Amino acid sequence: MADGIKDKVAIIGMGCTKFGERWESSLEDLAIEAMVECLEDAGIEKNEIQAAYIGNCYDEVGIGKSAVHLAYALKLQHISVTRTENYCATATEALRAATYAVASGAYDIVLALGAEKLKDTGFPGLPAGGGGTGSVISGASGTGPGTFALLAPPYSKKYGIEMDKIKEAMAHVSVKSHANGAMNPKAHLRKPITMEQVLHAPIIAHPLGLFDCCGVSDGAAAAIVTTPAIAKKLKPNQDIVKIKSIQLSVASGEEMSYTSWDGANLITTQTAASKAYEEACVNDPREEINILEVHDCFSITEMITMEDLHISPKGGAYEDIMSGFYDLDGKIPCQVDGGLKCFGHPIGASGLRMAYAVYEQLLERIPDERKVKNVRLGLTMNLGGDPAKGVVSVAILGKD
Amino acid sequence: MVGICSFGGYVPRYRLNRGTIVQSMAWINPIIMAHAQGEKAVANFDEDAITMAVAAGIDALQGIDPASVEGVYLASTTMPYKERLNAAIAVAPLNVPDQVRAADFSGGLKAGTTAILAAIEGVESKNINNILVASADCRLGRPGSTQEIIFGDAGAAFLIGDTDVIAEFKGSYSVTYDFADHMRGSDTRFDRQWEERWIRDLGYADFIPEVINGLLDKYQMKISDFSKVIYPCNNRGGRKKINGKLGISPEIEQSNLQTEIGDSGTSLPLVMLANALEDANPGDRILVVSYGSGCDALFFEVTEQIKNRKNNRGISGSLANKAALDNYTKYLVWRNILPVETGMRGEVSDFTALSTLWRRQKEINGMWGSRCKKCNTPQYPPQRICANPECGSVDQMEPYAFADKTGHVITYTGDMLASSFDPPSIYGRIDFQDGGRCNFDFTDCDLEDVKTGTPVTLSFRKKYHDRTRDIVGYFWKAVPVKEVKKNG
Repeated sequence: MADGIKDKVAIIGMGCTKFGERWESSLEDLAIEAMVECLEDAGIEKNEIQAAYIGNCYDEVGIGKSAVHLAYALKLQHISVTRTENYCATATEALRAATYAVASGAYDIVLALGAEKLKDTGFPGLPAGGGGTGSVISGASGTGPGTFALLAPPYSKKYGIEMDKIKEAMAHVSVKSHANGAMNPKAHLRKPITMEQVLHAPIIAHPLGLFDCCGVSDGAAAAIVTTPAIAKKLKPNQDIVKIKSIQLSVASGEEMSYTSWDGANLITTQTAASKAYEEACVNDPREEINILEVHDCFSITEMITMEDLHISPKGGAYEDIMSGFYDLDGKIPCQVDGGLKCFGHPIGASGLRMAYAVYEQLLERIPDERKVKNVRLGLTMNLGGDPAKGVVSVAILGKD
Repeated sequence: MVGICSFGGYVPRYRLNRGTIVQSMAWINPIIMAHAQGEKAVANFDEDAITMAVAAGIDALQGIDPASVEGVYLASTTMPYKERLNAAIAVAPLNVPDQVRAADFSGGLKAGTTAILAAIEGVESKNINNILVASADCRLGRPGSTQEIIFGDAGAAFLIGDTDVIAEFKGSYSVTYDFADHMRGSDTRFDRQWEERWIRDLGYADFIPEVINGLLDKYQMKISDFSKVIYPCNNRGGRKKINGKLGISPEIEQSNLQTEIGDSGTSLPLVMLANALEDANPGDRILVVSYGSGCDALFFEVTEQIKNRKNNRGISGSLANKAALDNYTKYLVWRNILPVETGMRGEVSDFTALSTLWRRQKEINGMWGSRCKKCNTPQYPPQRICANPECGSVDQMEPYAFADKTGHVITYTGDMLASSFDPPSIYGRIDFQDGGRCNFDFTDCDLEDVKTGTPVTLSFRKKYHDRTRDIVGYFWKAVPVKEVKKNG
């Protein structure tokens, strides 16, 4: 295997907007807000940025076909600016591109930025359409909650776990995230919820109820990446957050056109996680990873992801979730900032928002009430598209 | 010998109790109370004349090699296209060869029998054999009208040929009059008719006796020579009058299924014929009469071959598979009579890239996938590189038909967010018994009918109607079945 990018690139600054229904703000406003915070944190001037990768998913309501429009809004001075897009992994792709740009030696200081303005689409949930002409003339219906709901029946069947128990674990997932999000001023949804509320909520896509679904919001997040040497020079008195790994796995068609896949655990997540651990030299994630920011677009996704990240045993997510293993005071707190559940999921921003949550914890720059002790390695994970035909990114950030 | 070699029928699953229509609409037109008996068969929101004709056609082709079919005649007055051959759309889902002769028979309601006659005479010419005549109608009456409560949706199909004939064609007689008792102009949705008494007395009760007497005279026969007499007329008084004029006894009068289905227009005499053939015995003589801008009368004699007929669904099987549509406004929405709020998801443009559709027409309208010649894995949609990770062969595929395969549900959901005229939108993933996997919308079912492992068959349905460009797109949906017939 190639050397990988472990410890070759450091993050010296990050920014993250308040996520929510930002009716007063444009996509440009959000991007500027994230970039300004990020530059302040990095302690550099904008003209020190040598290249930028900007993630945005819904180009039809966003920045258009390239990054030119946002380069203009941000007044990036005739540098290399490229748009990245890969469903829900869009922002992690921006970070990956920036990381590779630095690791290759092509640039020293690079901006990764992700932004999305969902609330101007008018849709409840994610906008429909955009699947191309093929999705109009053939195939089945599908919405975000619907395609993820399809994970539940095969999971129930595979492990012989009754749907009532799955609903209970899913409810715990959402209650836990809301408890975390309630403490975070940048989160969109800031109300704690109860198991009863979750279990009695209206059904959106069987078996997912309203509180099994993440919010829909606007937001942006950004990171400045550089070499560890430059980072040390710029930040002599603080821990240096380094990128330990970023891996991606995309469905091959085995899931949808062959009949071997069980439809419960994701080949993509398991593959991306294994590769990320290998790249980051993590041997036992259950013991070595300290916090998780995963793709809880729907509570069922988070539940299954706990197994696919090789942290809970297969079929064992229920026990871990219900025992509080992933709660804020558990062994590996998950969604310490509130997750997609409370931040909402402005597609092009989420991956960097997750990195921001881990970065804050690594640098211990958060109030005690939501601070996790002794964080050395944190993992972010995005799952984009249909779980049966999608993309998964896993990134591990850490400090020495 | 030329005649009917096989037949099939189709009645949509949903039935609207006519009392429900009366409750909703008699306030404006109390006369509809006179027609309150029984139920009206209602096409699902994803059905139209083409999908119902295809369903009847597939039923008629049970156990028959579709490659032997040389013609497809579609009869309906409610086809989705005025220009674009509707019968051509049916070719791929029927899985008949591209080299068929195809035609639409439309206009008057006797178009169904005229299509059968054209098929018979084509086969008699020895220039063509095995013509599938498929008919379905989905006619609209204005809300509160007599037509609305009388009409019902259904289809029937017949394979006309010269081998293994189960009902031999013995002769016919036709009359044609521009008797404009009812009509729809080319820009009109709803049927408009003249006074019912005039239609009954000068229409049905004159022309039907005229054409039957014409046929009896032509072939020197008596009405009592027939074991079944089939003629459309939804007016009970009219039927009594006709039966009296011609001496049609109750034993030989074939039910018009008015209380089970309703008047299915072009299809009605064909639906009645398919229903009659289900119980026919060798030697039975069947007289079939249509009505609409005149009449055709056709005379068949059932052969010994009827004993070998395939046990397909037919009209009686379709009638048995029913579910109540207990909501009149749902009917109005399904027929696009009542505008409803579909949310922004319902407003998304269903733009059809016609060149893409053409390139993929066998895949989409015919449900053709591919099977790897190296590892025998069926796959849908058709692939060039085998999806089996152990194989991965390139360009080693052969066409593979999925339309007639059975499968079972491996996962499903009922989605309230997706735009649907019958929420929740039920969809999920199917594994086929002989291999292959695909996601499908489910239709003709409730969420309670679907579980993991539920067996399904596929049905050709409307996928969307792009009203901006007036393009109807079709695809296949999964229908849960109680019992899966074994392949072969």
